[in-house]
Amino acid sequence: MTSTSKTTPVLRAKSRPADRIFSGSTLAAGVLILTALAAVAVFLIAQSIPALVANPEELPTSPSSFWEYVAPLAFGTVWAAALALLMALPVSLGIALFISHYAPRRIAQVLGYIVDLLAAVPSVVFGLWGIKVLAPFVQPFYAWLVDNFGWIPLFTPPVSGTGRTILTVAIVLAVMVLPIITAVCREVFLQTPRLHEEAALALGATRWEMIHTAVLPFGMPGIISAAMLGLGRALGETMVVAMVLSPAMVIHFVLTGSANPPTIAGNIALNFPEAHGVGVNALIATGLILFIITLIVNSAARVVINRRKAFSGANG
Amino acid sequence: MTTASSLTNSFTTARLPKWVPWALLAGSWGVIATLFGLVQAASDSQEFNIVGVVFLGTILFDVLLVTISSLVEGARKARDRFVTSLVSTAFVIALLPLISLTYTVIADGWKRFDIAFFTQSMRNIIGAGTEQFPGGALHAIVGTLEITGVATLISVPVGLLSAIYLVEYGRGRLARAITFFVDVMTGIPSIVAGLFAFAFFALIFDNPGIRFGFGGAVALTLLMIPTVVRSSEEMLKLVPNELREASYALGVPKWLTIVKVVIPTSIAGITTGITLAIARVIGETAPLLVIAGFTTSMNYNLFEGRMMALPLFVYTQYSIPGTDVQPYLDRAWAGALTLILIVMALNLIARLIAKIFAPKSGR
Repeated sequence: MTSTSKTTPVLRAKSRPADRIFSGSTLAAGVLILTALAAVAVFLIAQSIPALVANPEELPTSPSSFWEYVAPLAFGTVWAAALALLMALPVSLGIALFISHYAPRRIAQVLGYIVDLLAAVPSVVFGLWGIKVLAPFVQPFYAWLVDNFGWIPLFTPPVSGTGRTILTVAIVLAVMVLPIITAVCREVFLQTPRLHEEAALALGATRWEMIHTAVLPFGMPGIISAAMLGLGRALGETMVVAMVLSPAMVIHFVLTGSANPPTIAGNIALNFPEAHGVGVNALIATGLILFIITLIVNSAARVVINRRKAFSGANG
Repeated sequence: MTTASSLTNSFTTARLPKWVPWALLAGSWGVIATLFGLVQAASDSQEFNIVGVVFLGTILFDVLLVTISSLVEGARKARDRFVTSLVSTAFVIALLPLISLTYTVIADGWKRFDIAFFTQSMRNIIGAGTEQFPGGALHAIVGTLEITGVATLISVPVGLLSAIYLVEYGRGRLARAITFFVDVMTGIPSIVAGLFAFAFFALIFDNPGIRFGFGGAVALTLLMIPTVVRSSEEMLKLVPNELREASYALGVPKWLTIVKVVIPTSIAGITTGITLAIARVIGETAPLLVIAGFTTSMNYNLFEGRMMALPLFVYTQYSIPGTDVQPYLDRAWAGALTLILIVMALNLIARLIAKIFAPKSGR
């Protein structure tokens, strides 16, 4: 970036105090960020230890061990996020392709803004919308599903009377992660080498065949990491789960029942204001587990993205 | 769509005129709308279900288009049209929640979007309150402004300086580590940031039930810094090297070059990034729920006592209502409307700054 890096030892630039102060403070800011991230881990661990060593009887639901307390939470977190991703990924792939390869260029930019608007809506508003609009809207569909497909384990009766199930939560989460997945996919699709696309079209491919043979293979790593970023976002989403889900400490896959596995983040939001003593530590410990899960998912996504950058011709 | 028919030459087959898809789309929406209208007239139930009309109409359109295309244009073109309609449908599907959400927030939020909402707190308000004092969100708005303001004051210098380090000074392992962990920090769940602030201040002040506004600001800072760093970094990288070299050639020290040349050139982009970062954290609920707590009274002091914020106002009005639920819900929706308006305004300002003050590019 800068030109000073190639000074010869003889012609060394004069080192001024102001220069050293300035570069020192930028370095300090950078190190501060690393320290902050380390501090997050350290303080969460420090506050979690009391819950890990405490007598399990004192924990909120008096389980036989701390891990029995965490299991339904961890399961619900992963299950809800996975469902959300399952719904969001195909739709956002469609939107990304629509913006990058189908819509006329002038419209495409406006459409991009519109999708970004979805990302700007605060989660608490999504929660309010989920509980007041979406849940009553989908409840009849759930009732119909349970009546007709109750033999499938996913729709085991009885049906929830309010629609506040894990499937509703997953739908709202899907809407919330749409923008992030779309944004990353769109970027990657736009980077497809123009020549690959034109070569495919010149061989007589239809637009879909061009996308299938040129765009999608090129964008595959990007799609994977976009999905993982979306997953990370869905795992940590709090308010929607806290507001929409009617939770119970259970582990099962039923999508439409009234007893749903809670998620870590939602559980913290619901119980933290009234928690006291070791209960607070237990909640922080679950938060630590959530932190670790999202850290792994996000790091993996970043590694995939960065590796792709290295050999992508588009960045050259 | 067999393998044999997929070898049809799409250049020699007949083509559908350009207006056909649009006519089909309008037609299918019209048909479904008529059907819905008839059903509605017959059962005289509820309001007109526009979401259902758009959704079912689009599906009908997809089916019709593919059938007609495969008859006229052959299998390859039909598959192409099928994917085109799928992709467009995906876009419509994504628009439905946005439309529904916007409509609901405006329709329900408008009822209490009045002067009292912005001039009163919730102190001593029960249910709908009185004619003169229906209760409002002033305490929450003040809290949001103070907490977000302090978060901005902390994260902008730190974020900007780190970005300068990454672009102008940083080489080797440390810079790579900072870049990587800033990326990872973008994905920290907001509630974990809140828990961190709580764990940190609870240990430092030895107060296991600590709640105060400044803690919320620290939590928001943690969420805001990565966004500021990333956007500033991108903007600083856009500054052409020739500008820096010209400055060095005149004998200007490096730090003055950065302060007087690099930053002024990219200030529009940096401001845009900061505004977007503010828009991102101003709607955060979970971290403030954990560390700032909630209250019904006015509190101007960041360092003492619980402090309300607007997103939390929406949440508590919904989750802790009195016996008469409706006034609380109305206030929640009005809060949601205010919040969305603030976020939209910030986004708009960001775009305007980017557009008006953008340096003229050579291309």
